[in-house]
Amino acid sequence: MSYISKPVAHHPQLPRNKLGLTRRDYEGSMSTLCAGCGHDSITAAIIEASFEMDLPAHRIAKVSGIGCSSKAPTYFMNRSHGFNSVHGRMPSVTTGAAIANRDLVYIGVSGDGDTASIGLGQFCHAVRRRLNMTYIVMNNGCYGLTKGQFSATNDKSSPSKKGEANPFDAIDLCQLAIQLGAGFVARSFSGDKNQLVPLIQAAISYNGFAFLDVISPCVTFNNHTTSTKSYEYVRAHNLASENHLDYVEPKEEITIDYAEGTTADIELHDGSRLILNKLDSQHDPRDADAALMAIRTNAAKGAVATGLLYIDPTQQDMHDILATDARPLNALPMTELCPGSKALEAINARLQ
Amino acid sequence: MAQSQAEIKARGQTAPTDTSNPEYFHKVVDCQWACPTHTPVPEYIRLIAQQRYAAAFMLNWESNVFPGILGRVCDRPCEPACRRGRVEEKPVAICRLKRVAADYKGDIDAFMPEIPKQKNGKRIALIGAGPASLTVARDLMPLGYSCTLFEKDAKGGGLMRSNIPSFRLPASVLDEEIERIYDFGIETRFGQEIKSLDALLKEGFDAVFIGTGAPKGKDLDIPGRKEAAANIHIGIDWLTSVAFEHVHTVGRRVVVIGGGNTAMDCCRTALRLGGMNVTVTVRSPRRVMKASAWEIEDAEHEGVPILDNHAPKEFIVEKGRLKGVRFAKMKEVGTDKSGRPKLEPSGEEVVIECDDVLMAIGQENSFPWIERNIGLTFNEWDMPTVDKVTMMSTRPGVFFGGDAAWGPENIIWAVAHGHHAAISIDSFCNGRPLTERPAPGSNLFSQKMGIHEWSYKNDYAPLQRVAMPHADKAQALRNLKVEVELGYDDKLAFKEAERCLNCDVQTVFSAPLCIECDACMDICPVDCINFTPNDAEPALREQLRVPARNKTQDIYVSAPLKTGRIMAKDEDVCLHCGLCAERCPTGAWDMQKFMYVEAQASQACLTHHNAYLR
Repeated sequence: MSYISKPVAHHPQLPRNKLGLTRRDYEGSMSTLCAGCGHDSITAAIIEASFEMDLPAHRIAKVSGIGCSSKAPTYFMNRSHGFNSVHGRMPSVTTGAAIANRDLVYIGVSGDGDTASIGLGQFCHAVRRRLNMTYIVMNNGCYGLTKGQFSATNDKSSPSKKGEANPFDAIDLCQLAIQLGAGFVARSFSGDKNQLVPLIQAAISYNGFAFLDVISPCVTFNNHTTSTKSYEYVRAHNLASENHLDYVEPKEEITIDYAEGTTADIELHDGSRLILNKLDSQHDPRDADAALMAIRTNAAKGAVATGLLYIDPTQQDMHDILATDARPLNALPMTELCPGSKALEAINARLQ
Repeated sequence: MAQSQAEIKARGQTAPTDTSNPEYFHKVVDCQWACPTHTPVPEYIRLIAQQRYAAAFMLNWESNVFPGILGRVCDRPCEPACRRGRVEEKPVAICRLKRVAADYKGDIDAFMPEIPKQKNGKRIALIGAGPASLTVARDLMPLGYSCTLFEKDAKGGGLMRSNIPSFRLPASVLDEEIERIYDFGIETRFGQEIKSLDALLKEGFDAVFIGTGAPKGKDLDIPGRKEAAANIHIGIDWLTSVAFEHVHTVGRRVVVIGGGNTAMDCCRTALRLGGMNVTVTVRSPRRVMKASAWEIEDAEHEGVPILDNHAPKEFIVEKGRLKGVRFAKMKEVGTDKSGRPKLEPSGEEVVIECDDVLMAIGQENSFPWIERNIGLTFNEWDMPTVDKVTMMSTRPGVFFGGDAAWGPENIIWAVAHGHHAAISIDSFCNGRPLTERPAPGSNLFSQKMGIHEWSYKNDYAPLQRVAMPHADKAQALRNLKVEVELGYDDKLAFKEAERCLNCDVQTVFSAPLCIECDACMDICPVDCINFTPNDAEPALREQLRVPARNKTQDIYVSAPLKTGRIMAKDEDVCLHCGLCAERCPTGAWDMQKFMYVEAQASQACLTHHNAYLR
């Protein structure tokens, strides 16, 4: 980690967004992660995405668990709400917060240990409940904070830095999320911001559970030549990139010309649009079965399928399903929030 | 397969930067690059911060010969160039820090070069005891030359003595620095004006250096000039008379005509000689005034109004005495091709009543003492033909430098000319071709001390420029010899030194080590690092994170990386904070101190510089 703080000076011609803020205004504290950590790149992508979307920091809640990944919210948007929770319990805390205040943008940051091991049950139920949040897993296939033991997402074919074999199969979080009913599932790579930034923007715009599994090399413990989560391996095997996504903000004009037949145009609840350039892929990301197939066939070849893998543009989120009040609790007048003992007695009487 | 640079260029891409050429990193050190003598500014600023004033002074003395003088009155080409001025508003106060080194250096006699007792038998004549001639003498004496200095005035120093008032440059500082050079054993002939170059050449000198400056002040031929001659003075002549104490007073109401630094010196001197209402008038708009911003500021601080767009029309004379000056007011009507304003009379006229007029509208060269038939060619403006590199005239063995070479410049350029001329004179006297110039010395040295430790302070200090303490105004205006600027003390100097960005500590990139993790790009506080497909330079500049539109600054382009992309760094506002190197997992970035040593005639005057090259 660096001991100096990042200089306050910025480029005098740095662009400003509609809020008059620069990219630098979306930063957090100086990262204490290892130099070259993929997590820092994902942090930078979140900063870039939020800046481009003109998000006001005070409308954002960043929630995390424990692990290298879960430290990351400290490193972006230091003027946002934040909760660094117990290991694997980020989904519960986010559920509570989302019930109480549906108006905030929830960005959950977790890791492969936090999500695929100790928090797997929590993760499943957050998906099942269709929590309106962006769930980002910074996935490096190892427990970096405790000296690099295999995590549950490490590929069986990928030995440790010291050469020990990994005896167990990996949990594929994207497949799991699709099976559990997540409405937005994407995979990306920390070393490819061109792909990652629009995916984060789309995930934030998406109304429902948006899941992003981002392969993020651990430079210290899992970036060796035999690792399947190293910069070099992922770059070499990311040929299966399923599609290229352009995120178009609500009311923004589409300025790029797309060749006919190569794109899918998906409109989200907030009016923003996702223009998917399908590249060579045959699979329609609106088809869950095809998405699962694409992930599995690529994995069998040793390739990593990235891009927007699955999307259900019509999914209802938890608040729609539960038909909750359209207002956040802090906007309800006291008389509605706490109708008094008579109302309580009436409810109790109904249950007797 | 490696591609040749020619192939890449043919495709219209930008070739990788050749950092083995010392001029590439030299240009990144904006202040040193802008300094005509290439003084290693960041290095001496660090020495000041460490309170190693003698070492800081010696680096200066070796480069620019007159640190105490230049630390007060240099034209400071380094400061507008300073990168800090592009990141924030104000550059580092480089000039004032130089003065700190001179003020606190202590005894530096032991560091002076040894002058050989056994001379080499070559005799050099130096005409005019200004900064150019003195520099030539300093550079040549350690090589065993015998130098003879001719000066028409009673004391040496040239315009540094005659034209710069002592409230800006005390005589004691001037004397100290020129006497240091006299002490090398120069034969001085004060009060001896050379009336004929031909006669001097016949005395058998091996080489002659002419550093006689631009001594003729321009005059203004408008009505009333002759009639009021008693009260109309040529600025530089008047300042000389004041400096040599021939003039002690001036009228109560004074008009200064001109907008350069001489005009500022004239008005401030007039205030100290009894002028009560002193006004500066300039023909052009204020924004194109030639005077340095800080000199204008100081004049205004002392209460001198500066009236721009005033073109003098007539000296009004009544009963044989100067009554005032009539001005036509000008207005700006667009600009010419070079961006200078085009002016025409607005029709309005102004009369400013006054007792004396000081004219500071420029200076010219004058060589009535050089015969036109002795092998020196003169051009249509009656200026000698002088080679831009060798400083030699068309007559072998006769050299020019300072304002005498190509017209008025400033002290630091005169010193640079002196260094070049000394190299040429040494080559000339030893029968070497003058066009073969000695190469500069340079090296790059990693500053890494530990994982995140560097041998320089890389923590950016968001500090405002430290204001210069001034002498009490009322007291300063009563006495011509009271120096106005008091100089920084050690604490202020440290604070100002902390503002230096250490631009000589270079970001050096090694493409084969890079794994393209983006860490440097993400951390860079000024968004200057990019990983991008290669392209022709104009297109490349536009596609960077923040487009690189300052064309005076280079783009550092790497060889192709594993993905086929390149690293492209815009040098423009790099803070040299080293965070790219701190966040690099493979050491592809390193912070390396770059030392650039401009060649001189004698290595004896570069010992402090050369210590960095070992």
